[in-house]
Amino acid sequence: MANPRGTTVINGTFHSPKTQHSKWQSTDGVKNGIPKEAQQNRNPRFSDKPIFESYPEPPLYVFVLTYMGYGIGTLFGYLRDFMRSWGIEKCNAAVEREEQKDFVPLYQDFENFYKRNLYMRIRDSWNQTVCSVPGPHIDIMEKVSDDYNWTFRHTGKVIKDVINMGSYNYLGLAVKYDESMKTVKDTLEKYGVGVASTRHEMGTLDKHKELEELMAKFLNVEAVMTFGMGFATNAMNIPILVGKGCLILSDELNHTSIILGARLSGATIRPFKHNNVQNLEKLLRESIISGQPRTGRAWKKILILVEGIYSMEGSIVNLPQIVALKKKYKAYLYIDEAHSIGATGPNGQGVRDFFGLAPEDVDVYMGTFTKSFAASGGYIAGKKELVDYVRVHSHSATYATSMSPVIAEQIIRSLKIVMGEDENQGEKHQTIGAHTAFGRHLLKKKIGVVVVGFPATALAEGRARFCLSSAHTREMLDKVLEVVDKLGDLLNVKYFPYKKSGHPALHNEKSFDKEASFDEMSIEPEA
Amino acid sequence: MDFKSVKEYLAWLYYQYQIISCCAVLEPWEQSMFNTILLTIVAMVVYTAYVFIPIHIRLAWEFFSKICGYHSSVSN
Repeated sequence: MANPRGTTVINGTFHSPKTQHSKWQSTDGVKNGIPKEAQQNRNPRFSDKPIFESYPEPPLYVFVLTYMGYGIGTLFGYLRDFMRSWGIEKCNAAVEREEQKDFVPLYQDFENFYKRNLYMRIRDSWNQTVCSVPGPHIDIMEKVSDDYNWTFRHTGKVIKDVINMGSYNYLGLAVKYDESMKTVKDTLEKYGVGVASTRHEMGTLDKHKELEELMAKFLNVEAVMTFGMGFATNAMNIPILVGKGCLILSDELNHTSIILGARLSGATIRPFKHNNVQNLEKLLRESIISGQPRTGRAWKKILILVEGIYSMEGSIVNLPQIVALKKKYKAYLYIDEAHSIGATGPNGQGVRDFFGLAPEDVDVYMGTFTKSFAASGGYIAGKKELVDYVRVHSHSATYATSMSPVIAEQIIRSLKIVMGEDENQGEKHQTIGAHTAFGRHLLKKKIGVVVVGFPATALAEGRARFCLSSAHTREMLDKVLEVVDKLGDLLNVKYFPYKKSGHPALHNEKSFDKEASFDEMSIEPEA
Repeated sequence: MDFKSVKEYLAWLYYQYQIISCCAVLEPWEQSMFNTILLTIVAMVVYTAYVFIPIHIRLAWEFFSKICGYHSSVSN
């Protein structure tokens, strides 16, 4: 069997299987701080309707035209490369020195072909300089390019009051100074900004302790540990949980930080199809049956890595079925709630609460404070033994400076606000590469979005991502929808006419049925 | 005949063509080059069609009618 029922020694540490079996709950009241009523109040909401979003495929001519467009772009890329290498045209990209021309090429690789020839032409849609707080409105510094996007310069003019649909400001907590931030100001005056030390040396402040306790209460777990950077939380902590001889099953659309952490750990990684529980089960069975790659021995540990909400697709993980699978095959579950914490669930407690599962169903909770809490940093939460282990062994705790106390106070302030209100995130997506024209037009109309293209998404699937925030008013959203509507007509990218009438309720106040609105938003596929 | 809306429609069609064929992101000289080549190819295709299709049809017709005629004359 994969995980032997006895105790296992992983990475030199005693790892008790008690941490994952919930049958120890009722007998062992000392270890588990979770009150009994949390288990009894489990309402199986997940059995009502499965949150399966299936985005219909656009018609075939769209794909054909997209590939044709890329083909023409590639042809012109070859032409320009030819002209550059023959010296007919000045090369603006980095070039080696004359003496190094015979060496293995450093810059003019084919790998940079896409970047040099296609991305350069359209890159004025990205990397806008922001000069205000990223709230519902944002100020952007105007930039122009004299040489077709190779270099830019700021004109000095500031485009004011652009409707900001690009920041992860889900709860609208990113605001200029207001009364609720008084504690943050006091912390700044008392502690200063820099910590100048790591967690293991002198960087653990009472602010961190306060934040961790508050977060543990919020998430309904035993303990939490916070880190200064969200990306580093994943990349530095997955390697300490699994090592060589372990198996990692990660969703194919997982974030780079998770993939990096998984690769650093040295475990065997097997990706499963996005949100596809049948595929995951098949992989689990095959892996358990065949064992480790060369020796055939049982795996030391199996870890399933998923995210709460996937930022590119907008899909929610199918948590109840994955938890059922994990219990059946005795695997561990690690969930990255970067986008879902604060934004889903009736109390904002994340995707576990959204489905109404017990807190001990998921072994490791991870999240970031960047999105909903308007700060920076990440956390790892779970059972006390797990978090104690992480406190001792995390690379981040040993080598990286800890979170700044001002930021910790900002998160505390946000947390206190959140234990009261909520928001959903919605995403629409557009499936063809007219996204640059989209982005440019939108900026002209003073709306800022994030557009994504190849290679972050598949070749025929460029996206424009709209991040809703509870700070947006209805007028702003109406304006955005109107502009998107007109643009859709202009660029002819409306592939799926929206059959329901009226706008879905995109913003919400406190008393709001999250599930209904999310379903509505998820089947609204219009560009 | 509403000239303004026709012109707008044509302008929209041209914009669609530009987006689809990546002309919107090419530099102006690249755009002119691409348009010239495309128009040349289209002109050559039209010319070939105009000159050669009637001849082909006539020859094919004669070929098949000769076979059928030969067949019927043999069976006579």
